[in-house]
Amino acid sequence: MELVEAIILSVLAASTPLLIAATGELVTERSGVLNLGVEGMMIVGAACGFGGAWLTGSIFIGALFGIVAGILMSLIFALMALGLAVNQVATGLALTIFGVGLSGLIGAGFVGERISPAAHLTIPGLTEIPLIGHVLFGEDGFVYFSIALIIGAWWFLYRTRAGLILRACGDNHVSAHALGYPVLRIRTFAVMFGGACAGLAGAYLPLAYTPFFIPGMTAGRGWIALALVVFASWRPGRLVVGAYLFGAVTILQLHAQGFGVGIPSQFMSALPYLATVIVLVLLSRARTGGSTAPAALGTVFVPDR
Amino acid sequence: MRKPLLALAAGLLLAGSLSAASAADKLKVGFIYLGPIGDLGWTYQHELARQALVKELGDKIETTYLENVPEGPDAERAIEQLVRAGNKLIFTTSFGYMDPTLKVAKKYPNVHFEHATGYKRDKNMSTYSSKWYQGRYIQGLIAAKMSKSGVLGYIGSFPIPEVVSGINATMIAAQTINPNIKVKIIWANTWFDPGKEADAAKALIDQGADVIMQHTDSPAAMQIASERGKLAFGQDSEMIKFGPKTQLTSILDTWGPYYIERVKAELDGTWKSEDTWGGLDSHMFAMAPYTNMPDDVKKIAEDAQAAITAGTLHPFKCPVVGQDGKEIECKGGANLADGQILGMNFYVKGIDDKLPGK
Repeated sequence: MELVEAIILSVLAASTPLLIAATGELVTERSGVLNLGVEGMMIVGAACGFGGAWLTGSIFIGALFGIVAGILMSLIFALMALGLAVNQVATGLALTIFGVGLSGLIGAGFVGERISPAAHLTIPGLTEIPLIGHVLFGEDGFVYFSIALIIGAWWFLYRTRAGLILRACGDNHVSAHALGYPVLRIRTFAVMFGGACAGLAGAYLPLAYTPFFIPGMTAGRGWIALALVVFASWRPGRLVVGAYLFGAVTILQLHAQGFGVGIPSQFMSALPYLATVIVLVLLSRARTGGSTAPAALGTVFVPDR
Repeated sequence: MRKPLLALAAGLLLAGSLSAASAADKLKVGFIYLGPIGDLGWTYQHELARQALVKELGDKIETTYLENVPEGPDAERAIEQLVRAGNKLIFTTSFGYMDPTLKVAKKYPNVHFEHATGYKRDKNMSTYSSKWYQGRYIQGLIAAKMSKSGVLGYIGSFPIPEVVSGINATMIAAQTINPNIKVKIIWANTWFDPGKEADAAKALIDQGADVIMQHTDSPAAMQIASERGKLAFGQDSEMIKFGPKTQLTSILDTWGPYYIERVKAELDGTWKSEDTWGGLDSHMFAMAPYTNMPDDVKKIAEDAQAAITAGTLHPFKCPVVGQDGKEIECKGGANLADGQILGMNFYVKGIDDKLPGK
């Protein structure tokens, strides 16, 4: 029983950064912008988040640093891809490469330092409940926040007028523009939200997961977040399933190895990615006609006065 | 042997950091690094060695390094860049630079190359590596003494001979203390991913391991062990900062003396292509101070270290028994031959797991 609880806790911790970053990217892409710079924004968020926490001793301030760093990075993207109408794919890739380098520079002074990780919730009486106590009442703040975040994103996209307008920009920017909506301004906000989430997701790694900073510590999680958005076919509900599924497969394959299950570890390491491909195929087969992606995703929009 | 650090972005990334002093006729020595110099592990130790080299011979040489150089075709360009910049001796410090180094070496016969952990040589290309399994043997003794549960946790990177021989040396040593000792092995299939290394350490501890050993590069596992009140060994460099009450010891790569020796040879004009595979006796690596253990365990470790250094103790002393209970053919007289260790692809008796790919 204890082992099951331990596994669930590890799964939640492994899934949280993916869920946060993917939520931001989902909103960004719903507005019609493809920002491939998630990995770059995450790693800069990790460096700044750790720096903030290390300098001030506060995890909360560290998280804020991460968010602000992510927003600043996303503004570079917005300036290029929205303001100057540069190709979004190229800009996003450039942002990642830039971010990996920049984070090394920012983090150079913190390498080898350590902080105490984010505190976990303790509610006397509740946290001690076997099996579910720690899972429900003993997580760090990031885990609870990530769940609130995705519910908030769902509510915004599907239950508010602003969310409807944002989705309209993503599906047909010409019509949205004709109706008088400021497409580029809306998209800029969406990109900034994506940056904030990526920065926070990056900051989660040195603030709660492994409380030190090392260049390159995001190790490709930004790319996984991007894949998750496609996996979820741009739907918040499926995004939650995808993120936890991904985390679960990652953790379970490690445990399977520890128990000596005779499946090659290389295969098990590849399982999460294989699962993504299979789900993508299933989703596209189940749907009749048309893509599930926002129709204007990745296309440049220049308003014609 | 090393593999790429960053999975996706690294392929596109060639961050060049140049550190050069100006001098007219000083010998130029170049270094190619796999990771950032701040990785606290593999590349960091090579950088420390370069600094030691500069300290020793700084008035006669000028050094340059390129960090974050991905293994593969990009490496060839980076090595060639160093050649064109006038470097006469170039150290390429990761396994994956083997073929690129050889290719550039053939093109520039007047430049000398030193490749770490590879097996391909030429008249102007040497190789060098360390017998890390000696250090693993000492760790095995300590682990068996310190483990209360009798279960060791081992985080492997890739099932290559260097890592497999480390696991075997650990278990051969541990069995001399506790014949029933168990090891749980998790392959991370990466050299560097702090999150995944932490997950692997958590999984091992959750399954009952109380001493964690790793053959991956970040201090994440050490940090998790420290959080959970368990014990662990560092890797490549000193990691005690991440587990002041956790680290038992760490195998420290100390390339400095070798670099100094080879550069001196180059300066004297006596450099020639060689294959160096050094151990504790030739100071290719060192053991970090033995900490967080009682004096009797410390003594066992120190005695073993002294015996290995003196050559009276060999971790792979025959008979070495394989998993199937059969003795491994002894090609090196009293011990397994170097070639058998360098190509080790079997587990020894007492490891319940199955070696991937077997």
